[in-house]
Amino acid sequence: MSFLEIRGLHKHYGPVAALAGVDLDVASGSRTAIVGPSGCGKTTLLRLIAGFEAPDQGRIVLGGEVLANGGAAVPAHRRGIGVVAQDGALFPHLTIGDNIGFGMGRGDDKRAERIVELAYIVGLDKAILKRRPHELSGGQQQRVALARAMAMKPRLMLLDEPFSALDTGLRASMRKAVAELLEAAGITTILVTHDQAEALSFAAQVAVMRDGKFSQVGTPRDLYLKPKDRMIAEFLGDAIILPASISGGFANSPLGRIAVDTNDSRDVARIMLRPEQIGLKRTSREGMSGTPDMLFGEVTESEFAGSTCMIAVRLLNNADPPDAAAIGNTPLILRKSGMDAPTVGEIVRLTVSGKAHVFV
Amino acid sequence: MQSAVDLGRAGLPSKMRRMPHRRAARWLVSAAVFVALFALLPLAFIVWIAVQTGWETVSALVFRPRVGELLFNTTLLVLLTVPIAIILSVALAWLTERSDLPGARLWAWLCVAPLAIPAFVHSYAWITMVPGLHGLWAGVLVSVIAYFPFLYLPISAALRRLDPALEDAAAALGLGPSRVFWRVVMPQLRLAICGGSLLVGLHLLAEYGLYVFIRFDTFTTAIVDQFQSTFNGPAANMLAGVLVTCCFVLLGLEVLVRGEERYARVGAGAARSQQRTNLGRATMPSLLLLVATTLLALGVPFVTIGRWLIAGGAEVWRLDEIGLALGQTLFLSLAGALLATVAAMPMAWISIRAPGPLQRLLEGCNYIVGSLPGVVIALALVTITVRIALPLYQTLFTILVAYALMFLPRALVSLRASIAQAPVELERAASSLGRRPLNALWSTTIRLSAPGAAAGMALVALGIMNELTATQMLAPNGTRTLAMAFWSYSSEIDYASAAPYAFIMVAMSLPLTWLLYVQSKRMAGR
Repeated sequence: MSFLEIRGLHKHYGPVAALAGVDLDVASGSRTAIVGPSGCGKTTLLRLIAGFEAPDQGRIVLGGEVLANGGAAVPAHRRGIGVVAQDGALFPHLTIGDNIGFGMGRGDDKRAERIVELAYIVGLDKAILKRRPHELSGGQQQRVALARAMAMKPRLMLLDEPFSALDTGLRASMRKAVAELLEAAGITTILVTHDQAEALSFAAQVAVMRDGKFSQVGTPRDLYLKPKDRMIAEFLGDAIILPASISGGFANSPLGRIAVDTNDSRDVARIMLRPEQIGLKRTSREGMSGTPDMLFGEVTESEFAGSTCMIAVRLLNNADPPDAAAIGNTPLILRKSGMDAPTVGEIVRLTVSGKAHVFV
Repeated sequence: MQSAVDLGRAGLPSKMRRMPHRRAARWLVSAAVFVALFALLPLAFIVWIAVQTGWETVSALVFRPRVGELLFNTTLLVLLTVPIAIILSVALAWLTERSDLPGARLWAWLCVAPLAIPAFVHSYAWITMVPGLHGLWAGVLVSVIAYFPFLYLPISAALRRLDPALEDAAAALGLGPSRVFWRVVMPQLRLAICGGSLLVGLHLLAEYGLYVFIRFDTFTTAIVDQFQSTFNGPAANMLAGVLVTCCFVLLGLEVLVRGEERYARVGAGAARSQQRTNLGRATMPSLLLLVATTLLALGVPFVTIGRWLIAGGAEVWRLDEIGLALGQTLFLSLAGALLATVAAMPMAWISIRAPGPLQRLLEGCNYIVGSLPGVVIALALVTITVRIALPLYQTLFTILVAYALMFLPRALVSLRASIAQAPVELERAASSLGRRPLNALWSTTIRLSAPGAAAGMALVALGIMNELTATQMLAPNGTRTLAMAFWSYSSEIDYASAAPYAFIMVAMSLPLTWLLYVQSKRMAGR
């Protein structure tokens, strides 16, 4: 039984289809992230759920109540759904305190108390309540926007790229703090973002969106390790995609015999490995001799970037290459710890851990 | 050794960076100070006259029933006209900017167009259509019609600029559409409403012709009457003193109400474009409001002028007379506009490139003087020239100075906006390429701000073309501008002979009003 249920949602702007049939189920109290490149329709979906716009077709049901069905829609102010916009959208003519208390009844005698409490929950100092939005930093503005949305005890919280305006360090800590806070309050949350790392780390369920449709929905781990196609694979992180023939749970690939996540048999298939599945061990040209079933490569590039180091490895021998000529000269790009990375010209032995994913 | 030590100091590099600018800056600051001091002359003279006249005479002239009556009239006029104009303008601005009203763009232009018709022509149109019209309510009616675009323009620009994300946020927090409007949209229109109301209020205080037609006495009409009967007596000067006080009260009120809040968008990124509200069944009544406004504000003047032109036939087009008036008007308008723009240039440059307390003070002087009624400035200049420099009385020089003082703020606003768009780096680059400071200024900033300066000049010229009071009091003998000719014919109830002049004034103002409309669109980023 899902809390939010979306079925067959369509939305057009003139000739452009922003949403072309979206289905989504969100469990009560869970966190879902919708991720996709800009212009894929994710913000439109959020605006339809919030009630800022009505869909052309399709249904939105929240907790058993129909919010939108075709063109008929409950207006935003009757939905009880909290929204935190990209830049906070704080009211510039009100103090921080009045911003947080905006949705509460003005005659409420516990109003002042609630405002202070909410400010505390989102980690804002009480002294800030008398200030104006433009006097606050980006991170503080986001916290105020969150407190303001939480003040009306929403059934569902929509976060529209709330962290994208923040700098890198602050972004990760804000994300964690917000996730914990909403979890503690038991509020079902949907996050929209174009940042895949943010989506994977924030949510229990991730939906990848492209051209107004979900191309895959699942847990972060499933999506990362078993993406449906090459585009999803590369959108969610670096991927090494190889031609292979598969049979009996193993693949014959340029990287040798690798365990795969299917028992199908096919002569021509594409398999995917995440770079972190490939281990490098230092050796020398002499170490290569007499070990035909092992895989060796030469480091052709090494780019130091602090904590990590990007390394390009050209394969020196392929075990059984289906189209070796094509792959043989394309170096593998791996990201390794910057601490003890091999340097250009070194010979390394490659090992593969875990299973490779086979594209359908 | 010494230089090495000096270079180590934190203060020096910034000083060195300003070096190429400094001489130009000093020159411009002196020019701006001169202009500001010169602008204060009329005010200083009113004070000086009051001191010279002595307290007893002053109190006898100020505290009398006639002044009380005028004060009552003027206050009532402002208190009734401004709120009505605000309500009308907000409604019109919302309909044209935020609703799906059919033909919104055309209506938006029609809401600005009444500015092309001088206030006294509005009044002329009404009085010949409804001859019995007079008194307070007639004054309120014609004033609202003549001046509401001053409110409509800033309010519609502000509405266009509002970030729709704020309204979405308020809706998500549980506010229905009407509460969103009152709690989120209206507060953000406050600056625009304050500014527009001030402008309308100042026009109400300054207007002469409009109220003479409908026989409604305000301070300005009383001062002109007084001037015509006793010339430059202390009575007229003291009335002017009270009028100036009224202006200051309005200016002060506006500062108080405006407050110091910031209404700009918080946060980075571009705002989403706004959605227009579906009017549904309210479409017809909304259209009716716009049609009614247009009929009253444009239909009445155009129909009246057209009717008189037809009634007068070819006979009223005395081409030699009209040609002379047109030539004189164009000459005065262009010369005055040029003088005002040149005088505003140093001030505009300083306010963008070297803002500070001195600049704010100087700018304040210019704005205060610019907000004084033409009759006050004219009276002061008459007093000054008659008492101190008689040869300058009723000369071209004096009338141009009066125009420059009255319309300096118009030139200043346009210039400042365009200088702000000319990056200072260009000036620096020109300096580093070997241009001398003033030359660098000329070849970069002044060239780039030329379109803005031209727009400002056009607005000043528009003001001068339709100016009546100061021109009548100060212009050299034998001057007969379009406005003066119109006025003298309609005073003789020769409405048909006045019609060609009204027609020419409106026809020449329309393109400038279009410019104003386009400028306000551009300022809102479209």
